Amino acid sequence: MNTKDNFLKIKHLYNRAGFGISYADLQKLSRKKLDKVVDNLLKDSQKEDPINLVNDFESKRHLLVQAGLYAKKDLTDDEKKMRQQIIREQNEVSRDLNIAFVTKMINTDAPLREKMTLFWHGHFACRSNNPFFAQQLNNIQRANALGSFKTLLVEVSKSPAMLQYLNNQQNKKGKPNENFARELMELFTLGRGNYTEQDIKESARSFTGWMYDKDGSFIFRKNQHDSGTKTFFGKIGNFEGENIIDIILEKPETAQFIAWKVYKFFVNDNPNEAHVKELATHFYNSKYDIASMMKKMFTSDWFYSPENVGTKIKSPAEFLVGLSREFYVTYNKPQVLIQLQSSLGQYLFNPPNVAGWPGGQSWIDSSSLMLRMRIPSLVLNDGEIDFSGKADPEDEAVIALSRTATSNANANTKPKSYVNANANWPKFLSTLPKGLTPLELTEYLLQPKLNSKITTMVSDNKGLRSTAVEITSMPEYQLC
Amino acid sequence: MNRRNFLRNTGFVAAGSLFVPAFMKPLEAMALDELSLYKNLVVVQLSGGNDGLNTVVPFGNDIYYQKRNSIAIKPEEVIKLNDMQGLNPNMAALQEIYDQGWMTIINDVGYPNPDRSHFRSMDIWQTGSDSNQFLSTGWIGRYLDSNCQTCKFPYTAIEVDDSLSLAMKGQTKKGIALKDPAALFRNTNDPFFKAMLQNDKEHLDEDNLGYLYKTMIETSSSANYIQNTSKVYQSKFTYPNSGFANQLKTVSKFISSGLKTRVYYVSLSGFDTHVNQTGQQGNLLKQYSEGMAAFLKDLKSNNKLEDTLVITFSEFGRRVEQNASNGTDHGTANNMFVFGGRLKKQGIFNAAPNLSDLDTGDLKYQLDFRQVYGTILDKWLDVNNADILNKKFNTLDFI
Repeated sequence: MNTKDNFLKIKHLYNRAGFGISYADLQKLSRKKLDKVVDNLLKDSQKEDPINLVNDFESKRHLLVQAGLYAKKDLTDDEKKMRQQIIREQNEVSRDLNIAFVTKMINTDAPLREKMTLFWHGHFACRSNNPFFAQQLNNIQRANALGSFKTLLVEVSKSPAMLQYLNNQQNKKGKPNENFARELMELFTLGRGNYTEQDIKESARSFTGWMYDKDGSFIFRKNQHDSGTKTFFGKIGNFEGENIIDIILEKPETAQFIAWKVYKFFVNDNPNEAHVKELATHFYNSKYDIASMMKKMFTSDWFYSPENVGTKIKSPAEFLVGLSREFYVTYNKPQVLIQLQSSLGQYLFNPPNVAGWPGGQSWIDSSSLMLRMRIPSLVLNDGEIDFSGKADPEDEAVIALSRTATSNANANTKPKSYVNANANWPKFLSTLPKGLTPLELTEYLLQPKLNSKITTMVSDNKGLRSTAVEITSMPEYQLC
Repeated sequence: MNRRNFLRNTGFVAAGSLFVPAFMKPLEAMALDELSLYKNLVVVQLSGGNDGLNTVVPFGNDIYYQKRNSIAIKPEEVIKLNDMQGLNPNMAALQEIYDQGWMTIINDVGYPNPDRSHFRSMDIWQTGSDSNQFLSTGWIGRYLDSNCQTCKFPYTAIEVDDSLSLAMKGQTKKGIALKDPAALFRNTNDPFFKAMLQNDKEHLDEDNLGYLYKTMIETSSSANYIQNTSKVYQSKFTYPNSGFANQLKTVSKFISSGLKTRVYYVSLSGFDTHVNQTGQQGNLLKQYSEGMAAFLKDLKSNNKLEDTLVITFSEFGRRVEQNASNGTDHGTANNMFVFGGRLKKQGIFNAAPNLSDLDTGDLKYQLDFRQVYGTILDKWLDVNNADILNKKFNTLDFI
């Protein structure tokens, strides 16, 4: 076994399957066989590790109060205040939830589970104003991240967040709403072109009555369900939601579509059809066992071939989490993580639409690239923020409320703000072997192969710390 | 060489001569004098869902007053445009613009199966999609992709903001976002940034890395071009003191100094007025109108108004009936404004909203927003709208 070769493979594995790896861990693992390392990576991720930030009891109380307030036509001033208070609290908790997810990714010992959760977070893209619903969906994605795709799909389909987002609350007998049925096939399973409009209609009828109650729990309302006969992909029956999901999973196109998305996320923006096919067949034959598919991928030779190493553009989440993990960064004002996500175009829990973030080169335009190249120095050297980004459209109501006549005139004079983060340099430096040269550090920090320009730039004997800041500010650092 | 400035802060670094890789030179060399008559489009986005019925007020319709007993604008306060509709009193600055024939109001613009979520509806307006279709490129972005005569310049579309909207992103080409041309110029002329661009030829074949370098080179080239072309221009006009007016002032500076840019994008947010609407919306409409009036007069004084078309949209209008909190909730169709010195149909373009024929409390749309885009693409930006919008939309005769 060539240790140097193994070193590079494991570094690649941890960059794709996780968010990077410390030099010390990398050295340790390099002495092991690759398939053992992959086994360990999967084993480390067995623990479920849910987010328990949003208080169940408190959020149910909010739901009940809200339901009561919506039912009333004229609200008293006190009731209006109460409603506003709840919206304010929910917005605040939603931001905390976002930070909790990011913090988990930064600190986790189970990097593959977090990375898979991030993948499903984009695959089953959803927005919810209710942080309890959003947390619940994230925990479903996290619990089943490496489990059975069928269980994951059923649980996501029953989650209040998704039922609400895709209007299944309004999908009733005689008055079907096709939104969920359409996205289930177009975006979650089969992919466009593998079903007919008639299939959507029949599927929508089968999902009538899939709702959540005022406590925020799934409920099958029989009296809203259309129990008539349906014809779905040529099969005829008294179908309910679960039957539809079973029929969809019987179709190999579903395995093909998921394998294709997994490949794009973990391997290459431009999928190799033969490799995807290999993965899809394995996934289908394993009865949709996600861990088994991941193991197959991470142990395939093509996963480590040069065209797949150091060639993917990091998503904003991968970039921010990777940088923070690498240098053991603590954020004294974690809200800045939200500002950074939104300025870079990936505000977690707030995907652009149900299709998720398009990814790849769409992450990069002139302003987002300039910002990416500046963030390492802002975070690692506590620089001053001189950008504000755009408001999320869903925050407009809050903006409207907070605007007053006087604040408008001052819209342009903002107080200076700083990232206010601390990198743990002693800890970072302690993970490096003695006598590591700036060039070796560069080789470790960057995934793409080094070229003469970079070698020249880092060779003029600077310290490791300034080398690290410089390297992470390079366009090459945007790739993994 | 000190590369630290870029890394440490945003501090000013004296500009040296930018290293321009050989393959970029032809682009810069061909930039000037290629096109004499330059038509500009300025897109103004009102984010949050502006209440169109309290913007262009249907004071001649009793239903309006019945449905909005506490927030309706009184007839005597409305700036009357005809017997039926008039402007919100906070829009007084636009009266002169309207009287000059520089403004067209298009009523009831929308799309089939409207979505009431801000995000989704904004997505639909920015991408020009159907309501059940998800596109990852914007309508202006696809215009850039279309290889139109002027689209080869990376600065063909500029958004005056910190980040780039989806509307401005195409598959292969994207617009550029900048709030302050001088700041971008400083950053791209920083020694570290310039060092990164040296000897970059070896990256050009590589897929994603090549794309990153191409983006950096274009940013740098655009920053230089924009700063060098516009830095000498000084507006003689006084603009109101607001962030929005400042954005427009920057656009005017770019247009008036002869920048070869075809599309500009600016936005004003805060229109989601569910609670106590009157004061908030009034304030925003005042900012909007005063900014726009200054901008249009500034362009006129520089003889640029003839070559400029401005449109204003919001992701949706609001429900006809007010809510119990003296505000309005998310609705559907809404009015759009068009401004310019060469409007074919000035004033109110089509019939006022029909308040007695609603779709579960919401206005029905008369015109698809893609007919407005299509008209602009065909008649102003000189491309076939079907190439950009994925199907042909009938054009309108406001230009």
